[in-house]
Order: sequence, then structure tokens, then C-alpha cells
Amino acid sequence: MKRGYTLIWLIPLILAISLLPVIAHSVIYRETIFLILMYITLAVSLNIILGYTGYVSFGHIVFYGIGGYTSFYLMYRFGVHLILAMIMGGILSAIIALIVGEAVLRLRGAIFAIATIGINEAIKSLVTNLQFLGGATGMFFNFKIYKTYGGAAKAIWFAYWIMVVVTIICLLTSYFIKNSKFGYGLFSIREDEDAAVVLGVNTKRFKSIAFAISAFFPGLVGAIFFFKAGNIEPDDAFHLVKSIEMIFMVMLGGFGTVSGPPIGALLYERLKGILLINPLFKNLHMAITGFILLIIILFAPGGIVGWFRNRFKKLRSLLE
Amino acid sequence: MILNVENVTKKFGGLVAVDHVSFQVKKQEILGIIGPNGAGKTTLFNVISGVYYPEEGKIFFNGRDITKVPSYKRARLGIARTHQIVKPLNELTVLENVMVGACFGKTGASLKQGMAIAGEVLDAVGLGHKRDVITVKLNVPEKKRLELARALASGPEVILLDEVLAGLNPTEADEMLQVILKIKESGITILMIEHLMHAIMKISDKIIVLDHGRKISEGSPQEVASDPKVIEAYLGDPDLALRLIKSKGNTL
Amino acid sequence: MEAWIGAILSGILLGLVYGLAAMGLNLIWGVINVINLSHGAFIALGMFSAYFLFHFAGLNPFIAVALVLIIGLIIGMGAYFVALHRVLDAPELSTLLSTYSLSLIIIGLGTFIFTTNPRAIDIGLGSIGVAGIYIPISKILTGLFSVLFTVILYLFLYKTWTGKAIRAVSMNKSAAEFMGVNSIFILSLSFGIGIALAMIAGCLIAAIFPFTILSGSVYELKSFVICVLGGLGSPLGALIGGLILGLLENVFALKIPVGYIPFIEFMILVIILLVKPTGLITKR
Repeated sequence: MKRGYTLIWLIPLILAISLLPVIAHSVIYRETIFLILMYITLAVSLNIILGYTGYVSFGHIVFYGIGGYTSFYLMYRFGVHLILAMIMGGILSAIIALIVGEAVLRLRGAIFAIATIGINEAIKSLVTNLQFLGGATGMFFNFKIYKTYGGAAKAIWFAYWIMVVVTIICLLTSYFIKNSKFGYGLFSIREDEDAAVVLGVNTKRFKSIAFAISAFFPGLVGAIFFFKAGNIEPDDAFHLVKSIEMIFMVMLGGFGTVSGPPIGALLYERLKGILLINPLFKNLHMAITGFILLIIILFAPGGIVGWFRNRFKKLRSLLE
Repeated sequence: MILNVENVTKKFGGLVAVDHVSFQVKKQEILGIIGPNGAGKTTLFNVISGVYYPEEGKIFFNGRDITKVPSYKRARLGIARTHQIVKPLNELTVLENVMVGACFGKTGASLKQGMAIAGEVLDAVGLGHKRDVITVKLNVPEKKRLELARALASGPEVILLDEVLAGLNPTEADEMLQVILKIKESGITILMIEHLMHAIMKISDKIIVLDHGRKISEGSPQEVASDPKVIEAYLGDPDLALRLIKSKGNTL
Repeated sequence: MEAWIGAILSGILLGLVYGLAAMGLNLIWGVINVINLSHGAFIALGMFSAYFLFHFAGLNPFIAVALVLIIGLIIGMGAYFVALHRVLDAPELSTLLSTYSLSLIIIGLGTFIFTTNPRAIDIGLGSIGVAGIYIPISKILTGLFSVLFTVILYLFLYKTWTGKAIRAVSMNKSAAEFMGVNSIFILSLSFGIGIALAMIAGCLIAAIFPFTILSGSVYELKSFVICVLGGLGSPLGALIGGLILGLLENVFALKIPVGYIPFIEFMILVIILLVKPTGLITKR
């Protein structure tokens, strides 16, 4: 094992992209890049359970929703500061992942995937019925909340910078897990769980921790996104299609690698952007996404990074 | 006694796979386990390595009761194994496979130490030149060696070898026997399941024979080979019985 | 009292349709060991087939269903070779995603062509009423057709050579191949039958409820619940699971807020998966 050099180019690249809106004085850039960063964090965190550990968390968006609702409620009801509310949202997501994981991580393969879909749908319909969370219509911020941050315009910039920080931390986490003993334990679970446990890997604990970490970051992202949006509702927070988008980005970029999910996220956001702007493709973007996904699954299961790695072996340490 | 199996029973539904089996293994001994197909040999290994817990009986390792200790903890205590049907970590390299053994077994190495240990062990089992190959590309004999290397890298006191010779040609099997003897010399206790009678008779210090989950005989290779009960058990499998009788002549 | 009887009756009728909808998913799950995430999309496709056959060919859904069966079989067998054949031995993620990508393509194209506007088929059969309880005839027909197709499937699986081959492949693929079964044909046929069942269910549902191109996903999620309730691989189990769900939805609705019903359904799904991942009623 050689320690990868992925971060040497990836982190500066992310920082450079993050500074674009400031340099260009562009709010449009900021919105686009916020989405890119958000997608990167979602994809990279999903990759920890999906790509490293081999568990297909199909309803992973549930943690984004839990983080979003928790922090939104704290800010809305008690005027808690975004950063604190966000961290609490992330922690609650992670704790729920630990509890739920204790049960569902015993399931393997497709059954696990279906169970996670079930959990997302169950929590979504539960939230829809909870009146203190606003029920089906959700909650709306009073604009006074943004005063703490110097008004709505500044609050949005603030949310943007928090997103940048969260993205960087998420990438670092993903990288250090990949290059740690813990990471090797996860890979052995992915490859053969029965062999892993006989080799001395505490598979149960490893899986739970991986699941909690990969739930923590979506919790943070949900908090920031809904703070910026100013409202939250169940259909947005627990939208299963977003889960699929996360999986798509991981697969497009290359699952189990450090640089794959961010590359996949970047490309997906751009692809979606281009398709949605074009009036002809606007309504076709779903079908095109499906077509690309099918091609990847059938012909390049390693995604873009996997494809490059197989052709240019030297690049391995720069990509993984 | 490094390993003490007392009256162990493991059932699957109505089937008694291991039926009140007891035996003891001394440090640095090679214990051969033989028996017809379906005799419960692999199940016995699974019980010792903690894949299953027995319904009855106890297992002691270095005097400590490990009957209810989970599998991964047994690995850390120093019980390692190979699988009859190999279980390589396919998408990792050969070196990384062995590192997993070194890092999570009794050795408890850091990644860096693990890499060094894995390199040494791979050289010892003759896989050094394949260290950076993705494991899925190995052939079956190579995968068997890999399993052995992975178990060794974990720094075990006891190693359970489940048919490591199966599928090897005579030259490869001889090489493997030399490796096993070397493992013994390094102070490790070995339990091995084997169908190659000639080999196991030659290498074992003691042999136990299982049939339908029960231990029907125990003793030195010669004692076991001349035990009428053993011959009878193998009569269901005339080919094996013949080999057993033949091997009697050239043991030791 | 009438409320209870009404709820139970419509629960049973709805449950039969749910069961039929889940049967295709169950068959594919049991035989090919693939969880078909395009199931809902094919249900929607069945709804739209019924819609167009009704509006442009004047066929009512209960006649069109025969055509839909054939269309479904052909599309399904084709879809098997496009999306599944290559990845059947790959990790489960691959088949989940390849079938999901089929779903994206179908629903994406469907949205593009048909938009997401709601549609309905009104065949105007009226209702029959006994002792103050009125039930639309189309609902009754739908229930009866669901039973009919279950019986046909059952006879096919247990009485024909091909059906037996399907069951053999589901139990042990390599043994079945050894016995001279062309497993590739059987696998594609099973997928075709599964898809045909999904489309038939869509066709029948279209006769009683309004729908959009996105409606299939609701039935897909219900089908998961039904499959784990009824057990994998048995058509009868799917019907029983469907009945349980149909009754649950209608009878619970009398006592607890309707909003909580999905929550209960999905909790049932998760809990059964945890307790017994092969489903409540075991295969055979």
C-alpha cells in the first residue's frame, strides 16, 4: 500500500472552485458551486458505506432529512446558531445511524438496500404526521432569523462558506479512512465479510462506525441546505430520487475511490445543469441519466476513475 | 494443552453435525483430522474458530474458556484458519490481503508494520513475486497459498488448515508440506483437515477420525490406520478405504 | 357496521390487485434473485397502455389486459437482455442499479411524452349495492381478474414443463442446467412474466383509480411490503400479502389517521426484514 496523493490536487481544486464566486462577483456562480459542493459531500459520504464497506444504503437521503429537520427545528424554535444546530443535526443523524445500523446492518446485499428504502419512507411519513414539525407543509423561516448573520444576503454567503468547510472536512475524512487500518477493515468487509471476521475484524462495530460517519455528513449538508432555502418539507428532505442521485454520482466517478465521488458529483451537477437549461432536454434529463447509469453499470462498473486506473496504472496513487 | 475441546456438539436443525467430540492438542503438535465427506470436519473448524457457537460442550484455548468468544476475538487471541473454499478479498492486492491478517490478527500490526510482515510472509510461502497483483487474478493453488499467508501473518498460536493440499499437483503438495513443517518448527500448533491420506499420515503427530459427527478413533497415524472402526467407516467410500490401507505401509 | 363491511370488502378487492402487482416483483426476486427496481415504472407503463388502448382502440381494460400481457412479455424479455444478462453474476448493487436505470429511462421518456398530468379511464360500469353498501363493478372485476391471473400463473408454474423449469432454476440454477434446462431462456422468460404481471396490474389499476406516469412507484413500494409479508417466490404468498395490506389500509383507516398508514406499512417492512429476511411465509 502506497499512500495516495489524491489530496494534493483535489483539495486545491476544490478551494479554487470555491473561490470562483468571489473572484467573479457572481451570485449565480455561488449557487451553482454551492450545489456542486453539496453533491460532492453527499457522494463522498455515501461512498464510505457503499464504496468502502460494500453496503448499498439506498435510502441514504434519510440522514440528510434528519439533519435538515433537526437543525431547522432548533433554529426555528429556539434561534440556535446555524453552526451549533448543524452539528447537532449531524450528530443526531449519526446516532440514528448507529441505532438503526445495529439492526439493519445484519442484513446483506439487496435486502439491506430495501430495508434502507423502508426506513426512509417510514421516517418520511412519520415526519409528515408530526404537527410540531409542520406536518406535510413543513416549516418556514421568519426572515428575522437571518438577522443574526447580518441579513439574508450575508446569511447565504455564510452558509456557502460553511458548505466549503464541510466539503473539505468530508474529503479529508474519506481520504484518511481509505488510508487507515480502519479502512482496510472496511474493504475486507466489502470483499468477504465472513473472511473478515475470521481474520480478526470486528465487522459489526466497523460497519456501525462506517454507517454513522457516512450519515453524519449528509446531516450537516441537510442543515446548511435548508437553512439557505428558508423552508423545509418532508417531500424535499426525504426525496428518494436524491438518494439515487447520490448513488449515481458515486458510480459515475468510481466507487471505493477517494477522487471518484467528487468527480462524479461535479460531472453530474454539470450534466444536470446543461440538460435542464436546454428546453428539449429539460424533460429528458431523467431518461438520459438513466441511460448513462445503465451504460456505466454494464460496461464500466469501476466508473470514470476505475476506467482510467485500469488503463494507466501509474495514476492509481493519484486517484484512489 | 494449548487447545482443549470438551464434549462439543453442533446441530443444524435435526442434523447433528458435530456430536459430543472431545480432544486435546499439545503445543507445536500437528493434529490431523480425517473422515469421510460430511463427517463434520469443517463444522468442527467453524466451531473452533467461532463461526458457530456449539449447543453443548466447551472449548479452552490456553486454559481460557473461549466457547462464547466471538470469532474476531479468537483471531486476536491467536487462532487463525484457512478455508476449504478459499475466501480471498478479491479486489485487494495480494499484499493487502495479507496485511489485513497482520493488522487485525494477534499481531495487531500498524499498517506500516503490516506491510513489512506481509511482504516477509509472502516470500516465505513463495508468493512474493505476486504481491502487487489484484487477488482475483490468482489461480486456485496461489489463492490457497494466499490464505495460508494471511493466516500466518496474523501471528497465530494455533492455525486451522482446511484442505490446503486439495487441488495441488504432487510437486505443489510436497512444497506445501514443507511449508507446513516449517510452520510447525516456528512453534505454531497446527490442526489440519486433509483428504490426502498419504500426506496427512506422514505429517501428523496425532490423528482423530470423525464419522457422522462423532469421533470414532484417536491416536498416532499407525494406530488410527489399523483401527477396525476406521476401516469400517471408510468402507462407505471404498476408494478412500483402499488409500488408507495402502498408506499404512509407508507411514513414518 | 356498514362501514366495517364496506372497508373489509374494498380491502379485499384492493388487496387482490396489490397482490397481483407484487406477484411480478416476487417472481423475479425468487427466480432471478434480482430486486427489480423498474417494477413501478412497468406498472405505470401498464396504466398507460390501458389508457391508450381505451382511447384509441376503444378496448376496455378488462379486454385490453390480454394484449398488455403479450406486450409485457415481449418488452420484459427484451429488457432482460438489455439490462440484466450482463450483470447477473456481478454484486447486487449492479442489478439494483441496472433495473433502476431502466426505471429512470421509462419514467423519463414517459414524462417527456405524456407529461405528469393525471389521467383516468372511465368505463362507466356503475355500482352494485346490497344492504346499503355500494361497490363499483370495475373494482369487483379488477379483483376477479387478479384472482384469475394468479390461478393462471399458478397452473403455469406447477403444471407446465416450462413452469417447472422456472421453479427448478429458482431452486438451483446449475442443477437445472445439468438437467437440460436452457437457463438463459428461462431467466429471460421469468423476467418477461414478471414484467407482464406488473403491466397487467397497472392495466387493471388504471380501470379503478386515476394515475400519472409517476403512480407506479407507490405500488412498487407497496409491493416490497407485500413480498416480505407473503414470502419470496410464491404467487400465493403475494396474494395473501396483498390481502393483508389491502385490509390493513382500509380497516385501519377507520380507527387511526390515514397519514400514519404508510408509516405502519414501512415499519412492518423493516421489522419483518429484520426478523425474517426471507419473508413471513416461507417458500414451499
